[in-house]
Amino acid sequence: MKFRAKLMLVLCMCVLFVAGCGTSGSKTGQGDTQQPKLESGANTEQVASEGEQTELSFYYPIAVGGPLTSVIEKMTEEFTKENPDIKVKPIYTGSYADTTTKVQAGVQAKQPPDVAVLLTTELYSMIDSNAVIPLDDFIAKEDPSYIEDFYPAFMSNAQSEGKTYSIPFQRSTIVLYYNKDAFKKAGLDPEKPPANWDELVTAAKQLNQNGQSGIEIPGSGFAYWMFQLLSLQNSPDGGNLMSPDGKKVFFDTPENVEALQYWVDLTKKHKVMPEGILDWATVPSDFLAEKTAMIIHTTGNLTNIKNSAAFDFGVAFLPMNKQYGSPTGGGNFYVFKDIEPKKQEAAWKFIKFMTEPERAAQWSIDTGYVAVRKSAYETDVMKQYTQDFPLAVVARDQLEHAHAELSTHNNGRVSKALSDQVQAALTGTIDPAGALKKAQEEANKALEPFNK
Amino acid sequence: MSSSVRSTLKENGFAWLLLLPSLVFLALFTLYPMWKTGKISFYQSDLATPIPTFTGWDNYSRMLDDSVFRQVIGNNLWFALATVPASILLGMVMAIFADKAIHAKSWVRVSFFYPNLIPMIAAANVWLFIYTPQYGLLSRITVWFNAEGMNLLGNPDTVMGALAFMMIWKEAGYFMIFYLAGLQNIPKDLYESANVDGVSRFVVFRRITFPLLMPTTLFVMIIALTNSFKLVDHLWIMTKGGPDNSSSLLLFYIFETAFSFYDQGMAGALTVVMIGILLILSCAQFFGLDKRIHYR
Repeated sequence: MKFRAKLMLVLCMCVLFVAGCGTSGSKTGQGDTQQPKLESGANTEQVASEGEQTELSFYYPIAVGGPLTSVIEKMTEEFTKENPDIKVKPIYTGSYADTTTKVQAGVQAKQPPDVAVLLTTELYSMIDSNAVIPLDDFIAKEDPSYIEDFYPAFMSNAQSEGKTYSIPFQRSTIVLYYNKDAFKKAGLDPEKPPANWDELVTAAKQLNQNGQSGIEIPGSGFAYWMFQLLSLQNSPDGGNLMSPDGKKVFFDTPENVEALQYWVDLTKKHKVMPEGILDWATVPSDFLAEKTAMIIHTTGNLTNIKNSAAFDFGVAFLPMNKQYGSPTGGGNFYVFKDIEPKKQEAAWKFIKFMTEPERAAQWSIDTGYVAVRKSAYETDVMKQYTQDFPLAVVARDQLEHAHAELSTHNNGRVSKALSDQVQAALTGTIDPAGALKKAQEEANKALEPFNK
Repeated sequence: MSSSVRSTLKENGFAWLLLLPSLVFLALFTLYPMWKTGKISFYQSDLATPIPTFTGWDNYSRMLDDSVFRQVIGNNLWFALATVPASILLGMVMAIFADKAIHAKSWVRVSFFYPNLIPMIAAANVWLFIYTPQYGLLSRITVWFNAEGMNLLGNPDTVMGALAFMMIWKEAGYFMIFYLAGLQNIPKDLYESANVDGVSRFVVFRRITFPLLMPTTLFVMIIALTNSFKLVDHLWIMTKGGPDNSSSLLLFYIFETAFSFYDQGMAGALTVVMIGILLILSCAQFFGLDKRIHYR
C-alpha cells in the first residue's frame, strides 16, 4: 500500500513536471518572433473596429561605440508616431556576426525577423539560403530619384544579377589617418599627406623614429578588406577582386601579387611598419598613443579618434598607385521572405523612413558612418556639422573611387581563404605569389558548386 | 522465485521513476541534439545545397583532406599538452603553499584563485593589452632588457605559446581549490609519524602527499583536458584564430564552419569528432584509470 502511494506521488510529480516543461519549452521555442504574430493575430479580430496594427521585428547590430541602442529606439518610436498602423520592435542583436547567427537560426526555424541590418557581404549567403526578397517591386513604385540618391559605391554591394536586395544604412569606407604634430616634428608638411604609394613610403621612413612607427595597417580579422584597397589601387582598369555576379574571384593576378608585395615590404624591406599581424582594434589605440604616425583604418573610427586624440590629426584619401581606390563596408537593410506580404510592405515603409535625408545625416553624425544618400549632405544639420568638422567629408569625397567590398557566393570561405593567405604572407611563411595562388585555389574550390 | 523477480522489478521501476526527470532533461538537451548532429553530419547541407542531401561519409572524408582541420587538431593537441600538465602542477604547488602559509592564509588563497573568477572575455582583453606590442605591459618589461617590442599574438610561432601561458594562469587557481580540498582529506597522523621518523620533506611529498592526492589529480586532469577543448572564448578577442589559423582550436573551427561558412553538414561532422574526443577522455576516466586509484 505504502509503495503504491509513493508510486502515485512520483507519477503525479512526473506528469506535473513534464507538463510544466512542455509549456515553458513551447514558450522559449517560439521566441521573440512568434509573439508579434500572435498579437497581430489577435488584432485581426479587431480590424472591424479600429483598423489593424502590423508589428515588425527589426534585428540590428551595433559595431561602433556610443549609446546607439537608444538612438535606434527613438527612431523607431518616431516611425510609429508617423505610422500608427505599424509598430516596430527593435531588437539589439549584438555584433554583426551575432546578428547573422540569430537571423540564420530564425530562417532555419522558419521564423525570421521581418527586417534586419546585416553586413552587405552577407548578400549571397542570404540569397542562397533563400532568406531575403528582392526589393525591385517596391523600388519601382517609388520615384526613381529615391534609389538614385544613394551613392553608387554603396549600391553595388546591394545588387546582384540586375536585382536589388538591400538598402544601404550604416556604411563605411577606409581612409588614411595621420598625426599632424608628428608630421611637423619630422619636417613634413602637415597639410600634405602622402598622395601615392612612393610618397607613403618616403613619409613613413621620415616618421619612423623614437619608438614611433611610420604606418600601421591592421592584418587581423579583416585582412581581406585591407588587401582589397591595395588591390583596387593597383588594378590597371579599376577591376575588382570578384566578378559582379559573385561567382568568380581574381586573387592571383600579377597586379595583386604586386599589391601584397607592397604591404609585405612596408615591414620587411622599408621597416616602417611593426612586425607580425597588427590587431584590428589595437591599431587605432596605437595611433592615439602616438606609437604610429599614420594608420589605414575604417571611417567608423573617426568619431572615436576625434574624441580621444590629444594631438592634431588629419584624414586623407588613401594614397593612390595606378588610381585611387577603397572598398566600402558596413551594413544594409534586408527584408525577409517567409513573412506576410503586408509585413514586407511595412518593412519597406520603415526602410524608407530610416533612410530619409535628415535621418541619414543625423545617423552619420551620431556614429561616424558615411551618410548613404547624396541629399543627406544637403541638409542643414549636416552642413553645420561638416563646417565644424571638415574631415567628415573626406570619406564621402573618396566614395567616387570606392568599389564593392569583396562579396561572393560562399562568402565566408572565400574571404577567409584570402585573409588566411594574406596573413601567411605578412608573417613571412609564404611569398605573396604563392599565397595568392593558394587563396585562388581554395576560393575556386568554394565557388565550384555555383559555377555549374 | 517469481515474487522476488517482481520485487526487484518494483524496486528498479521505482528507481527509474526517480531518475525520470533528469532523464527527460538529458534526452531533451543532450541526447536529442547529439542524435540530430550525428544525422546532419551525413548530409551535405550548405549554401550550395538548399535542400540537404544524403552523402554518407562524404563530410568525414572531406574533413581528412582539409588542411585547416589537421592544423586545428594539431593546435588543440599542442594546446592540451602545453596547458594541462603545467596548470595541474602549478595548481598543486600553489595548494601546498596556500595550505602551509602561516601569514595571510586567506589572502594567499584569494590571490591564487582570483584569475578564475574573472570572466574569460575580460581576462582575454586584459591579456590582449599585456601582449600589445610597443606599449603593452610585457613589451615595456622587455624594453628594459633592450629587446625589440615583440608582437607575440601576431606571429604564428609564438601565438600558441602566449595563449597557453594565459590559460595556465587562468586555470591553475581553479585546480588549486580541488587540491586544497584533497589535502584536507589526508590524515594528519601520517605526517606526524613521518615527522617522528625524521623523514625529509621531499620524501614526505613523494610517499604521502602525492600518492594520496592521486584521485584529485585524476579528476583535475580530466577537467583540464576537456577544458582545453571547450574553452575558446578568448580566441574571439585575441586572435580570431589567426595568423593563418595558427591559433585556431577545434571548437572555434566548428563555430566558423557553422556560422561563417554556413556549412551545417561539415559542422555536424566536426562536432561528432569533438564529442568522440570528449567521450574517449571521460571513458578513460570512468573505466580505465579510475580503477587503479585507491579511494578511501
